[in-house]
Parts: sequence; structure tokens; C-alpha cells
Amino acid sequence: MAKPKVATTSLAGCFGCHMSLLDIDDRILKLVELVDFDKSPVDDIKEFTGRCAIGLIEGGCCNEENVRVLQDFRKHCDILISVGDCATMGGIPALRNNIPLEECYEEAYLNGPSVHNPKGRIPDDPELPLLLDKVYPCHEVVKIDYYLPGCPPPADTLWEALVALLSNKPVNLPYELIKYD
Amino acid sequence: MSETMTITIDGREIQARPGQTILEAAEAAGVYIPRLCYMKGLTPHGSCRVCTVLVNGRPQSACTQPATPGAVIENDTERLLALRRNIIEMLFVEGNHFCMFCEKSGNCELQALAYRFGIPAPMYPYLWPKREVDASHPDVMVDHNRCILCARCVRASRDLDGKNVFQFVNRNGHKRVAVNAEARLGDTDLKVTDKAVAACPVGALLKKRVGYAVPVGKRLYDHEPIGSDIAAAHKK
Repeated sequence: MAKPKVATTSLAGCFGCHMSLLDIDDRILKLVELVDFDKSPVDDIKEFTGRCAIGLIEGGCCNEENVRVLQDFRKHCDILISVGDCATMGGIPALRNNIPLEECYEEAYLNGPSVHNPKGRIPDDPELPLLLDKVYPCHEVVKIDYYLPGCPPPADTLWEALVALLSNKPVNLPYELIKYD
Repeated sequence: MSETMTITIDGREIQARPGQTILEAAEAAGVYIPRLCYMKGLTPHGSCRVCTVLVNGRPQSACTQPATPGAVIENDTERLLALRRNIIEMLFVEGNHFCMFCEKSGNCELQALAYRFGIPAPMYPYLWPKREVDASHPDVMVDHNRCILCARCVRASRDLDGKNVFQFVNRNGHKRVAVNAEARLGDTDLKVTDKAVAACPVGALLKKRVGYAVPVGKRLYDHEPIGSDIAAAHKK
């Protein structure tokens, strides 16, 4: 029987949650016995090759590309998991959420103390994904099945949740593994 | 008049003294009723509704409701847990609670209740209000982003410190804690040792220069859910 597939992505995140996944240490050998990785920065597969059992989403949605990728994950994954505080509540990127977008651009590209931008131009290449008005947690964009908060979630949290889901058991994590920091 | 009365909480009979609230009587018997705006030593406020229990079938805040003979109380039920979870989730989305860098994280009662109730993420849409930070005082800062309007600082300052440094202004969604000065906390007679500062259950009132002193793993709610001490104290 083919192994179930897992896909992962980092949207508006810092890759800290992916680092935490690697932090399962030698259990990663057991993990590759249990699953194959599909689209993921772990194996650098850029597009889905087929149906996945589990999608791990790090980061919230700060731009239109994040939304497209997240919708693509929802389409291809049976179970979608918000991993980390950015995915579950917006996280650090959401600090901009009560500042108007224009002010954010001006601070980043014109007025910030370390900005060098002699032409005074805000990046507007059509290839750049447009920012959303706010940073959205994933469940405000698509349906999310499970939430693993934390900044990042501990390696044990990710491991326990994955093993439970892959063996068709309920995800009942102990008190110490669900934390917001 | 008899010395004590019998009340029933979740089918268990406990003794209450006249004048005790349901919350106090339960606590003395080792029964934890979740609470947030309640703080021992302060006049009960009954505003957060986290301690809502059913008294003879009617919802009441346990921190303000006196124990009465024969009262039948429901506390630890699915229905009440659902109500309490909703309150906590709403408090999270109506402020700006960034636990990942908050100095109070691990010692925060709002966060601890979310942990106790098993909330992995609030399900209501986030409001992202614009709120102010007042760091004008040399030893204390106010971060309104984290304020949940529990009035613990208001009551502690008024009743314990005898100062009235904090008061509510405005109503509804505009309600906030204001300071008793022209503009800033730095202009009040607040001292860092005041009970009002320590009364804050979240990270809205913080002592400066002591953040992150306790490492992760050694903070109040890292290993045991909030309220565990109440059941544990009774077993001894």
C-alpha cells in the first residue's frame, strides 16, 4: 500500500514551524517510513503531484499568493492543519492589522530610518503579489480541520498530532503541548 | 440560625457559611469555579461572566451570588464549558493578544483559561482594534491592546491602595481604562508596589524591566491548568 502523503507550506510565516518539525530529531526517520512528502519546502516539490492525506500550513495570509496557495492546499489535502500562531491567529505579521496599508508601505519603502530609496518608488512590479488589507488567520480563508498553536509549536506537538492522525486516532494532546508561545 | 448550610455543586454536597458567595464556598470545599474578573481580596465585580453557574437552573455569576440553603448548582458541565469557552474566545478576538512575545505569557490568567478549556484557536473573527500603549510611568506600563476590562486594577487601586488611579471611561465597544491624570500614567501617583499593578490578570499592566525573568517551563501555568491548586489544597 502506498504511503499517505503530507504536504507543507510556509505562507506569511518565518519557517520557524518548519524548523520545529525538523526538531523531532531522529523521529524524522520514522516519519519518512510513515509518509511521503509531496509539495513542501522539505523536498522542494513546487506543485502537488496528487492527493495528500495531510497538509501542514505555517503562516497566515498576508497577500494574494498566500490565499491561492492555501486554497490549493485545501483542494488537495484531506486534512488541513493550521500550524503555529501565525496560521491560527495571524501572529507577528498581524501586528500591521490596525495600521492602514498605505502607512505600512510608506514606512517600509519611504520613511523608515534605514530606508535607502533615492527614486522614492514603492515596489509595483506586476509579478509581486499584492498585499491584503490585513493578515488573516488561515481559518478565516478556508476551512481548517486542526489547530496546533505555538510560536513555534513544540516538536512533540507536531509529532504527536501527526502520528495520531496517521493512525486514525483522535488528536488528544496533553496539556503541556498546547501553548500559545 | 445554624452555623453552616448545605449546597450541592454538580451533585456533591458541600457546606457553606452564611455570607459566603457560591465561588468562595466552592473554593473552600476544593471545587474550582473558573473566574477571571474575580480576585481574592477585591469587591466582586461580576462582569466577566466566566464564573457563571446554574443556580437552581438559573445562570448566575458565582462570584457575586450568595450561597443559599439547599441551592442546587451546576458548574462543571458541557453546556457551561461551552459558554465559558465562548467568553474567552471573544476576549481574545476583541483585543490584540500576541502571546508569542507578551511578557505575561505563561502567567496570564486569560491564556491559562484558554489552555484549561482546551481552546486551540479562537473561532470568532478577529477585530484588530487600534489601542494605545502608555509607557510614560518610569516603572509601569499600560498596554490597552491586552486589557480585558476586568476592573481588577480599578478596584485594587480604589479599595486596597486608596488612590483611584484607574477608572473606566466610555461605554460598550469604546469602554477603556483611563488614568486619574490629565493624560498619562506617568502623571498619576501610582507606585510600582501598588496592589493595582499586581492585580492585572493579563499583560495590560506590567512592571518594567522584569519581563521574561522566569524561563519557559517554570511559569505559573506551564504544567498545571489554572485552578489545579484549589483542588490540590483541599486534598492535603
